[in-house]
Amino acid sequence: MKIDFEHGQAAHCESGVTSNLLKKISNGKITEPLAFGIGAGLFFVYVPLIKINNGPAIAFRSMPGFIFNRTCKSLGIPVVQKKFSSKEKAEAALMESLEAGQPVGAQVGVYYLSYFPKEYRFHFNAHNLIVFGKEGDNYLISDPIMEHATTLTSYELERVRFAKGALAPKGQLYYPGNQMPITDDQIRQAIKNGIKKNAFTMLSIPGPFAGVSGISYTGRKIKTWRDKLGIKTAGLYLAQLVRMQEEIGTGGGGFRYIYAAFLQQANDYLPNADLLKASEMFTQAGDLWRTAAVQAAGIYKGRIGSQDDFNIMGDYLLEIAEIEKKAFTILKNIKW
Amino acid sequence: MKQENVPQDLSSLGKITKEVCYATDSTGKYVTTLSDGWDVKIKALDVAWEEIQGRIAQAKQKVLNGEASPLLFFMELRLMDTSIVADYTGFWKWQIKRHLKPDVFNKLSEKELEKYAEAFNVKVAELKSMDVHED
Repeated sequence: MKIDFEHGQAAHCESGVTSNLLKKISNGKITEPLAFGIGAGLFFVYVPLIKINNGPAIAFRSMPGFIFNRTCKSLGIPVVQKKFSSKEKAEAALMESLEAGQPVGAQVGVYYLSYFPKEYRFHFNAHNLIVFGKEGDNYLISDPIMEHATTLTSYELERVRFAKGALAPKGQLYYPGNQMPITDDQIRQAIKNGIKKNAFTMLSIPGPFAGVSGISYTGRKIKTWRDKLGIKTAGLYLAQLVRMQEEIGTGGGGFRYIYAAFLQQANDYLPNADLLKASEMFTQAGDLWRTAAVQAAGIYKGRIGSQDDFNIMGDYLLEIAEIEKKAFTILKNIKW
Repeated sequence: MKQENVPQDLSSLGKITKEVCYATDSTGKYVTTLSDGWDVKIKALDVAWEEIQGRIAQAKQKVLNGEASPLLFFMELRLMDTSIVADYTGFWKWQIKRHLKPDVFNKLSEKELEKYAEAFNVKVAELKSMDVHED
């Protein structure tokens, strides 16, 4: 059984899944950047006291699950979302949707995801893919990270749907609750909502750890890492930062380029010079994130490593925080 | 980032699939471009794995010295802490900590060993011998 569904590759799994699930009803208009921006996907957070893989807990995007939910909500589309306590029920629900012709988004863990290269398999449970059919014992899988559609056996799919650890997916499935066509007016309204929400999460969350203040907080922290952690661990921490920023699924520059692309596309629907100006600023921020990554690589490769080198690294983040703060302030103040 | 500057350094992911990157074309418009990978992040991943390999080797030595049960080796090998192992096996964390002692581990029933083997995706014999072959 195979549903009429077209696989599309994307940079980021959740915005890719969202865009692909909405492709038919939006006539292809909800591109990945639009899904990312409408879903207010851009973020930064440094979670203190928590360690991931023995390194700092840093994220460049919003909580898993937010993008699909926010995008649908902003577009006025009801969301069907289910978690399961039993593996049997989880598979039955999946089959039921497939038999009804509905491609289904699924949250999975990547550790036992068989088609991923081993080097990329960590206990990361917020990966997303679409199931769009079953042939024999093989489920047809559209993973937006991959160039082509692929398959998983029913055991393999069950294993990743019920991966364990932080953010365990618990078999979660999701899909749009109706198939009403999406109009340009809906898209315009959703873009405004998405920008407003993202300006809020980046500028107005209290405390020093989230949004642009989280970026400058991390910049200041990095300057202390060499003395506090020793050069080796400090290098490992920086490597972790770079992985979160650039690893599969970010589109480069810690999602800043996708966001810049979103603002350009937003301008096609709601022409406004401020959108283009902010887009250029996010390009600049993305470029600086990458310059910072090159500096970090110098340190974890052992090529450089003086306190000055850590200061330069920290200063990049302070500079980025300034740019992103200005850009979101411009966006926040747009009179629609 | 300009389209022509998108890095093309072949990574282990690049051998399986190229990655989508967002970059600007000559008119400044964003387009998607495929990338084979980027040296900076390949090295970041390498650094992480070198650290993990070191931890695995250390764990193995401890088991061989009789200071820990094979459980320690597999936890490092599978990047699992006690709470992930607890979630996969259904054991309590304090039980897992006890099972890290060789004497206690050696008394585990076949059924209990089976739970660990499944969590680590190995056979019970491999679990006892630490002799795993994977590509």
